Formats: sequence, C-alpha cells, structure tokens
Amino acid sequence: MDGVALLTITVLAVFVGFEVVSKVTSTLHTPLMSGANAIHGIILIGAIIVAGQAEDTATLVVALIAVVLATANLVGGFVVTDRMLEMFRGRRKAPADPPAAGEEGER
Amino acid sequence: MILLDPTWTAVLYLVSAVCFILALKGLSSPKTARRGTLIGSAGAFLAVVTVFLSSKLDNIPWILAAIAVGSAIAAPVARRVQMTQMPQLVAMFNGVGGGAAALVALLELPHAGDAWVRLAIAFTLFIGAVSFAGSMLTFAKLQELMTTRPVVFPGLAVLTVVVAAAALAAGAVLVVAGPAWAAIALAVIGLASGILLVLPVGGADVPIVISLLNAFTGLAVAASGLVLGNVLLVVAGTLVGASGTILTRAMAAAMGRSVQGILFGAFRGGSTAGSTVASDRPVRSSTAADIAVLLGYAQKVVLVPGYGLAVAQGQHTIAELQGALEERGIEVSYAIHPVAGRMPGHMNVLLAEADVPYESLVEMDRANPGFRTTDVALVVGANDVVNPAAKTTPGSPIHGMPILEVGDAKQVVFLKRSMRPGFAGIENELLFDPKTTLLFGDAKASLTELLAAVKAL
Repeated sequence: MDGVALLTITVLAVFVGFEVVSKVTSTLHTPLMSGANAIHGIILIGAIIVAGQAEDTATLVVALIAVVLATANLVGGFVVTDRMLEMFRGRRKAPADPPAAGEEGER
Repeated sequence: MILLDPTWTAVLYLVSAVCFILALKGLSSPKTARRGTLIGSAGAFLAVVTVFLSSKLDNIPWILAAIAVGSAIAAPVARRVQMTQMPQLVAMFNGVGGGAAALVALLELPHAGDAWVRLAIAFTLFIGAVSFAGSMLTFAKLQELMTTRPVVFPGLAVLTVVVAAAALAAGAVLVVAGPAWAAIALAVIGLASGILLVLPVGGADVPIVISLLNAFTGLAVAASGLVLGNVLLVVAGTLVGASGTILTRAMAAAMGRSVQGILFGAFRGGSTAGSTVASDRPVRSSTAADIAVLLGYAQKVVLVPGYGLAVAQGQHTIAELQGALEERGIEVSYAIHPVAGRMPGHMNVLLAEADVPYESLVEMDRANPGFRTTDVALVVGANDVVNPAAKTTPGSPIHGMPILEVGDAKQVVFLKRSMRPGFAGIENELLFDPKTTLLFGDAKASLTELLAAVKAL
C-alpha cells in the first residue's frame, strides 16, 4: 500500500479514536485504559511476521521474545479487562435512582 | 502457507479493526462494555489467524510455542491479580507491548527499503524502548519496590538534554545510513530516556504517566504498522494513541495539573515532593460506638472511599454498612473523585467488585453541591482527594486539583490508619477542623466495628 493511502487511514483512525473514546463514561476509565492496552498487543501480528521471516537463530530468538511479550500484552490485557467489566453488573433499576432500603437482603 | 490472497487478507484485517473500534465504543456504558471487549478479543483472534493464513512463514512451531508461553504467563496473572494492583498490571502489560514493538522494529531494519521506512523504524524503536523502561519503572513505583517519591538529583536536567541530543543524533544516523549499531544505540538511549522520564514523577502523578506511556506504545505500534505495511497495526495503534492522549488530558485536568507540569515539575524544585512524617498536632478521635450514633441518626450520609479502603480490602464491608444505614431509612451515596484509587475510575472497579451498584456512585461534579445538605461525610482511607490545601495553599503539590468538598458537610468522619500523610505526602488541615472526628485503625477493621455498632443501635 502506498504512503498516501496509509497516511489517509492513519488520520481517519485518529478521528475515530478521539470520537469513540471521548464518549467513554468516566466510570469505565480503568477498563478503558486496560482495554486500549490490550489492543496494542496486536503488535503480535508484527512479531509473528518477523519471526516467520527469521533466517538465523539470533533473529529468531529475538523475534520469539517479541512474540511472547506481545502475546502476554494481548491475552493478559483482554482477560483482565473482561474480569473487571464482569463486575459492573447494573441493578434492575433505572440509573440515578438511589438504591432503596432492603435491597442488600436480595443479593 | 498462503491460503488467502491479498484482497481477502485486507478484508479480514478491516473486520479486526472494526472489532477494535467496537470494543472501545462498547465502553460508553457498563451495559455494553463486556460485549465490546469480547468482540475486541474475537477481532484479535481473527487477526492472528489471518496472519498465519496470508503470509509465507517459517518457524511456525516455534511461533506457536512462543504464543503458548506468553498466554500461559499472562492469563493466570490476569485472572488472579487483585483489583488494587490493577495499575501495576496495566503498566506491566503496557511495558511488554512497547518492548515487543521495539524488537519488531529492530528486526525489520535489514529489510528497510528507504529512508522513510527507517524513520518509522527509528520512531518505533525509540518510543517502544521509552515505553518499556518507563512502564517497568512505573511498575516498580506502584508496587513500592522503590520510593514513590520523585527522584531528582543534581544534573538531571543536563543529563536529560544530553540524552535527548544523543537520541536525535543516533536517530539521524539510523535514518540516513541505517547501520545496526545506530539502532542498538537508539534502543539503549530510549531505555535511558524512559527511566529519566519517570524518575522525577511523584507517586500521585504516576497513574497519569501510565496513561501517557500507553499512548506512546500505541504510537509505536502504529509506526511499526507503517514499517510492515500492515493497516491493522496502523489503525489499532492509532486508536490506542488517541485514547491514551484523551485519558492523559482528562486525568491531568482531574488533578488540576498540566502534563508538562507532571513530567517536568520536579525539575523546578520540589513541586511534587511532600512529607512522610506523621504530625503530632492534636486531633479529635472517637470510638466506633460514638460514630455509629452520628451515622445512625443522620438523614444523609455520603461515603468517600479512597485507596486506603481498597488496600484494607474493605469494599465489601462498606457495602454492608451502606445496606445497614439504608435499612434505617438514611440516604446513602458514594462520592467518587476521578482519581480516587491509583488510576482514573479505579474506585469504581473496586466498588463494583464488592457488588455496589454503579448507580449509587456519584461523580465529583454532582457530589460537591450535595455536601452542603449532608449530615455526615464518612471518609474512608482517602486523604489527598479531600484535602482543602488543593484550594487554599498555593505552594502545595496538589494545589489546583479539584477536590471533594467534604468540609461543607455538617460532620466529617475520617477512618485512618495513622496520622501519616497520604500518597502525595501532604498534611490535611481538615483533620484538625473542629467538626472532624477521627477513628484510627485499619479501614476494614474500623468499618466492621462501625457496622456492628450501627446494627446494635
């Protein structure tokens, strides 16, 4: 792909990123940081490509280290984000409605 | 093995990129967030399958083994980590991602065709190394393997300028001629820069640095996408760069600081330094029974949770106390400072873990007007986020930070371990106010006593 096309995609991605992330509720800022963190683990693709092209042992070893690190970032990031979000179960009531007395007993 | 032609490969990468966008979009509400993350991880899986089916790859057994090793290390850690340790874990994962990006760039150097590609390589290498070293140091600070206070030494400013100049020189040589030694030098300089970037940052500001380094890793990944001509890496990296930038700015605003002030403030002399010495000025402390009376006969109670609550694992007990008070017909809510805990939104996660409905969590802007009609503000393990020094003391490290104005409530109760100042190391005048009562002890133990005393009323 030529440079200008890649630049176009980059610029559009910046706008999409700002647009989507500015709508994230502040309640979820920690999962956002962890989720965004997981997404950059996709560098795994790059690590797989360089490992697959490696012709000597030294290159392969360094590339495999990159694969291990990137996988840790990707897998760990998604697992921990999911674990956090699993805990955000909403109640049966409308938002901003203060919880009524007695609800504790039902849990 | 090439089973997919370039067109199908591009289409599948596009689907993955859309999955990542949906993952971030899902976070606009707690109701859709988890589904979004599942879509995102499906996108990542699809992308990995696509790269295996679309490229001519050798060493596939080795690659699969490395993926298995990475998963086997990360997944159990991610499952078991305590929610209080989330900032450290994010810093660690961010660091290894940055390190991976730097290594990929280093290995692509022999294949670089022209100076533009080498420019992208130089950028990825340097930023990836900064992110790796900076994140590891951040991890050490948060894990308290080293001091959480700013580390400043004479000549730090000069050293920083020298290192920056060296980075520019090595980068220029790398872009123009592309020798391997310049790449190695740039990586080493990047590691040094990451350490110099984080050393002078004080404990309270460390979460902002995590967010900034997250944005850096995103940009490094985007640049490595340019090196490899891979659109997915460009899009995913750019998304993370944008989200990290927004979060960094939002957090800095929540603390009333500028990003430059956080990174370079310590150079101007002690601006983030505080004290770790316990004060011996007189305060009014009381027993759990007396405070239970105060709480039990109030009409409106606001709970102000801080990091101390999380450290003591008292989230479940505070949720029970909320229930016991509500049974008495008292209006109870939680006032959440944006940087309560050690990361923005961290307190929300900690309370969600204790099954506190997110609907009873009130954000600072909405909570502050409510303190004037509050009978008792119960501050549990928080200090800096309610410290009026942020408004009244211009020289204070937290000056300018918006705070929860618990001083407006009729009575203030602090549950504290000791008179030692908080994470930022600043004394809190509110502790010496006549309407303030203190209950010393571990947050969970104090809450348990309070809960029993309220039930006995």
